[in-house]
Amino acid sequence: MNRARYGAAVAAATLLFAAAPASAADPIKIGLNLEFSGGPYVLLAHEVANGLAMAIADKGGAVDGRTITIIDGDNQHKPDIALSMAKKLVYGDHVDMLVGSIGSGVIKAIRDFAVAAKTPLIVPNAGDNEITGVDCNFWVIRTSFSNDQIVREMGPWLVKHGVKRVSLIAFDYAAGHQQMDGFRRTFTAAGGTIVNEQYPPFGPISDFGPYLTKIKEAHPDAVFTFFAGPPATAFVKQFTEFGLKKSIKLTGPGWIVSPLNLPSQGLDAVGVLGILNYVPAIDTPTNRRFQSEFQAKYHRPGSEFAAQGYDTGLLIYAALEATHGKTANKGDLIRAFHDVKVDGTRGELRIDPQTNNIIQDLYIYEVVDQGGKPSFHVIETIPQVQDPPNGCKLG
Amino acid sequence: MDFAGFILQLLNGLQFAMLLFLLAVGLSIVFGLMNFINLAHGTLYMVGAFIGYSVAGYWGSYWLALVAGTAAAALAGALFYATLLRRMQTASPMKQVLVTFGLIFVGIDAVRLVWGDNTQSIVTPSLLGGGIEIFGENYPIYRLFIIGLGLATALLLYIGLERTRLGAMVRAGVDDREMATSLGLNVDLAFFIVFCLGCGLAGMAGVVAAPVLQIYPGMDIAVLIPALIVVVIGGPGRLGGAFLGALLIGITATFGDVLIPTFASFIIYGVMVVVLVLRPGGLLAPRHR
Repeated sequence: MNRARYGAAVAAATLLFAAAPASAADPIKIGLNLEFSGGPYVLLAHEVANGLAMAIADKGGAVDGRTITIIDGDNQHKPDIALSMAKKLVYGDHVDMLVGSIGSGVIKAIRDFAVAAKTPLIVPNAGDNEITGVDCNFWVIRTSFSNDQIVREMGPWLVKHGVKRVSLIAFDYAAGHQQMDGFRRTFTAAGGTIVNEQYPPFGPISDFGPYLTKIKEAHPDAVFTFFAGPPATAFVKQFTEFGLKKSIKLTGPGWIVSPLNLPSQGLDAVGVLGILNYVPAIDTPTNRRFQSEFQAKYHRPGSEFAAQGYDTGLLIYAALEATHGKTANKGDLIRAFHDVKVDGTRGELRIDPQTNNIIQDLYIYEVVDQGGKPSFHVIETIPQVQDPPNGCKLG
Repeated sequence: MDFAGFILQLLNGLQFAMLLFLLAVGLSIVFGLMNFINLAHGTLYMVGAFIGYSVAGYWGSYWLALVAGTAAAALAGALFYATLLRRMQTASPMKQVLVTFGLIFVGIDAVRLVWGDNTQSIVTPSLLGGGIEIFGENYPIYRLFIIGLGLATALLLYIGLERTRLGAMVRAGVDDREMATSLGLNVDLAFFIVFCLGCGLAGMAGVVAAPVLQIYPGMDIAVLIPALIVVVIGGPGRLGGAFLGALLIGITATFGDVLIPTFASFIIYGVMVVVLVLRPGGLLAPRHR
C-alpha cells in the first residue's frame, strides 16, 4: 500500500515537473519487468522497485529537463508473461530501457527479447552466471551480482580462518548448484575438504530434519549453504533446533540472514557468517542516508534487494546524465554505463565493459547479539570484486 | 547410516507424517463423506498459522496461539460451509475444483494484505524447547511433541468416529445418506460438525508446523500436493487410510531424501503410482455404497 502511495507521490512530482515550462520534453521511460505477483519473489520485486524509485526521486526525478517515468510491469514469475510484458513495455509504452528480473527463471526470456529489440536491459537481481558469462551481450547490463562473484572469495577466507571440512547444502536448481560449485572450486583449491553435499528438491516443504541429521553424522567444521526467503528462516531455526549450532559454523551467501528474515529468525541467527554485496551495517554516508530514508518510509531496515534497486537507480541516473538525457541512440546509452562510476549503498560501483557485470565490494559479516536482538557486524570488506570473463567475449 | 542415524531419520519421518496426517485427515473426510474436493483446505492451514502468529506475538503464548489458530480455521471453515460449500456440494467436480482453486489465490492475497509478504515464525514454547539425548544424539523435543500430538489426535478421532453417537451418525450418513435421513438423523448437521473439525485440525497443523516450517503467504500450496497424495493413497474418507497414507509418504519421503537424493522429488509420486496400481481405490478403499 505504501508503494501505491509512494508511486502516487512520484507521479505527482512528475506531473509538477511536467507542468513546469522548462521541461516540456518527452519523459524518459524506464520499464520494470519484475515478479510483482506470483512466485517466491514478490517481496523482493517490491524491494527492488521501491529502492529504484527512491534513488530516482532523490536525484530530482529528471535529467536535462526530461522527467524520468517508471512504468511497472508484472511478469508474475512466468517466462511467457515476462516476454509479453517486455513487448508491451517496448512497443506499447516505448520505454527507453527495461529493468528485470529477480529470478533467473524468467530472465532468459526477457534477455533474448531485449537483445533482438536492441533495447538496454538492466538486471537488478538475477544472478545466473551465464547472463554475464557465456550468454553475455552488449545490450544486457547487470547491476546486482553473478552467483560466482558472491561465493568465490569465501573459500580461501574460510581456510585461512581454520575451517577445513565443510558440508554443502542448497536447493537442487541452477542457482543452488552455481553457488555451491563456485565455492567448492576455490575452497578445495585453497586446501579445504568437502565432507558431503546435499541438494534437496526445490520445495514443496522446507523440513531440513533429514539433511541436518546427515550433516551431523559427518562432523564438519562448517556448513556452507545457499537459501533465501522462508526456507532460509526454516534452515537457520532447524540448525539450532537440531543442536548443530554448538559445534558447527553456519555460513554462506548472506541472503540466509537477510534483514527481511532476521525478525523471524531472532537470536537463532546469531553466529551465522555471511558474504554478500550488501549488508545494512555498511558505514558510508550514502548507505546511512539510504537506510534512514528507507526506514522512515517503511519502518524497517532496507534489504540488500532494496539497496540493489537503489544502486540500479543511481547507475541508470548517472548513465542518463552522461548522455545529457538523450536516449534516442540506445547504443550510446549502454556505452554510458561503461563510463560511469557511482558511490552507491554498496560502495564504489562500476560496470565492467568486459562482461557488463558490476564491479563491487563484498562484505564478510557475522550476526551478533546486540542487547537481545540480532544485528550485523562487518568483519572484512573485499574491495572491487570483478568477474573473470567466464566465456564472455565482449572485451 | 548407523543404527542411531536410522532411528533419528525414522523420527524425522514420523514427525513429517504426523504433520501430513493433521492436514490430510480433514481433507480426506470432506472428500470421502461429502464427496467434495476442497482444494482450499490448505488455505485454512495458512490462516490458522497466521492467526496463531498474531496471537503468539500479542500475548506471547504458544498454547493460546494453538487454540486460536485451531478455532480461527474452524470458524473460517464454518463460514465457507455456510456461504459456498452448501451451494457447491451438488455441483460438478470440475466446478468444485475451480471454485476452491480460486479460493487459494484469494486466500494468499488476503493474507498478504493483512500480514504482508515476509516470512514469520512462532517461537517454540520453552516447555518444548531444546533437545533430548537419543542414542547419544541430540534430538529436538518439539519434534517429538509433533509426533505425540499427531498420534493423540488420530486416537481421539478414532474413538470419536467409532464409539460416539456423532461418529455413528457420520458413519450411517456415509453408508446411506437417504436412509439415514429418513430415519430422522440430521446428517447435514453431523457433516457440518465434522467439516469444521477437519478445518480446525488444518489450522492446528499450521500453528504446530510454524516453529519448524515457518509462516508465509503460499505456505498452503507447499503442503497441498503431499496432503492430496496422502488422501488419494489412503482412500478418501478413511481415517485409517489418511493415517497409513501419511505414515507411508512421510517415512518414504524422509528416507528417500537421504538415501536416494537424486530421486527425492519424485519419490512421493512414485509411491502414489505403485499404491494406485496395486490398489486403485487407495490403501483402505471406501466401502461400496
